[in-house]
Amino acid sequence: MTVGGRQYEGRMSEIWDRLRHVTDPELDESVTELGFVTTVEVDAVDHVHIQFRLPTYWCAANFAFMMADDMRAAVSAVSWVSGVSVVLGEHMYADKINRGISQGQSFQEAFGSEANGDLSEVRRTFLLKAFQRRQEALLSQLLARGYRPEQLVVMSLAELEVLLVERQGQDLVGRYLERREIVGPCSPDAPAFLSVEGWRLPADGLEAYVRGLRRVGVNAEFNGALCRGLLSVRFDMTTPLPERPKMNPS
Amino acid sequence: MFRTKDGEEIFVIDGHTHFWDGSPQNQKNVHGKQFIDCFYAYHSNLSPKEWLWPKEKFEKYDAQTMHDDLFVHGYDDMAILQSTYLSDFYKKGFNNIERNYAMKKAYPNRFIINGAFDPRDGERGLDQLRADAEKYDLKGVKLYTAEWKGDSKGYKLTDPESYRFLEEAEKLGIKNIHVHKGPTILPLNRDAFDVADVDDVATSFQNLNFIIEHCGLPRLDDFCWIATQETNVYGGLAVALPFIHTRPGYFAHVISELLFWLGEDKLLYGSDYGIWTPKWLIEKFMAFELPDDVAKETGVSLSLTAKKKILGLNAARLYDVDISAQKQKLMAPLAAAS
Repeated sequence: MTVGGRQYEGRMSEIWDRLRHVTDPELDESVTELGFVTTVEVDAVDHVHIQFRLPTYWCAANFAFMMADDMRAAVSAVSWVSGVSVVLGEHMYADKINRGISQGQSFQEAFGSEANGDLSEVRRTFLLKAFQRRQEALLSQLLARGYRPEQLVVMSLAELEVLLVERQGQDLVGRYLERREIVGPCSPDAPAFLSVEGWRLPADGLEAYVRGLRRVGVNAEFNGALCRGLLSVRFDMTTPLPERPKMNPS
Repeated sequence: MFRTKDGEEIFVIDGHTHFWDGSPQNQKNVHGKQFIDCFYAYHSNLSPKEWLWPKEKFEKYDAQTMHDDLFVHGYDDMAILQSTYLSDFYKKGFNNIERNYAMKKAYPNRFIINGAFDPRDGERGLDQLRADAEKYDLKGVKLYTAEWKGDSKGYKLTDPESYRFLEEAEKLGIKNIHVHKGPTILPLNRDAFDVADVDDVATSFQNLNFIIEHCGLPRLDDFCWIATQETNVYGGLAVALPFIHTRPGYFAHVISELLFWLGEDKLLYGSDYGIWTPKWLIEKFMAFELPDDVAKETGVSLSLTAKKKILGLNAARLYDVDISAQKQKLMAPLAAAS
């Protein structure tokens, strides 16, 4: 293999790695693990060409745009990349989204009168849901391990960071901490666990609080399973996508 | 009718069925094609292999096929036929009320037909609703809030025009409002599947029942929270129920959340025929038991009583079906034939 070939492979894996960190905001799962990204190519002038697809023609325009824009931003941040194009296929708004992304437009600019603002509100709504889901997974696991509610509500971020909590291969602490800053400041002595409003959790009723959060996780898991299935059928994917076991789906 | 091992008869009312025409001859444009293709993907993804249909049958089936799938091979005793127009996608509408009415005339004791309205139709729409209510004796309507109409890609239940139509529906005795959310509600930067407007109208229209199809999926979490606070909000199980085959683990979690937040009196079985068929759905549902860990975690149970309510008793209550009288009517032709 030539040096150039090795360099190309390294660059490709660097791009795929960046894309792996882009999530479907609604499912809180990686766009590459979901099977949305179909093609990554780097041309002779270091321009990266990305193609992606979604489970249905009707998938919401705002999420589709967000994923395209996040992929563009994530790959643009790579030092050697000279330019990025992201192209969505077979979607009701493919033309508008592709044109908007290629021209660096905001969602509002791309959709004109069909929008009345940017995507910050819907983005925050789904980041909060992702936060709730990750918090529920972590708190449930800690409660199952015998931590008492009164201990958990006073635990600091520094105390949480050193804990190793895994469930079926997922680093629950790491995943939770990735989203923790959305609800409040993250100094080491700050409370590890806050509500979406940024409030401390009460020890009394913590289990009921966690029980309430379960809805968010169940919904996301269900939607994730549905989206994977629809994608697989729509594009006749002969090899089933690898399933990450999570909620003991049988 | 489903008979348990102990011989108990369970009366089944299918809360959500379609007699559509999604065939290429009726499609107006690419959206019409993509719409039925999307339904077919749901069908292909979640049906057991032996129940997969060829695309042609799925696009358009005849009345006899539907009748037999529901009532002869399947366990439905009655079915609610929903009307969905999608006039921007289909030349004669997707499943219009006249088509549904023809089905009802062929099998009068089997079907309840629901109408539809679109608040964007204004006075003409209100006149049509009055005429339909009288002609078809409507007890319910189906609203597809993401229907495209000219430049509009959908509406919200909280729009002032929606209020006018809901007020008129209440006056006309149409008390069951089936709501199906879709992905294109404007403005597009907001969450199109947001169910908050259901909360608002359910509070404002205490005499109407709001049956949210697909249990608010993909917003089951928000839907459960709203439904638990509103006494007149129900969940239709279509789309959630077929997971019982491919992903029983997910179904267990979803049904336990619904039982926990809404309760067994607020859930309605629906096959969403022709996307799925009652025979396998009901056999699997009747055989289904919540895994111990899920039951323990949520403290709910899916008892035989709960199943009976979900499969028929709840819908009978909403649609004033007298089950014993209905059984007599359904038995009569059999007795006459023998």
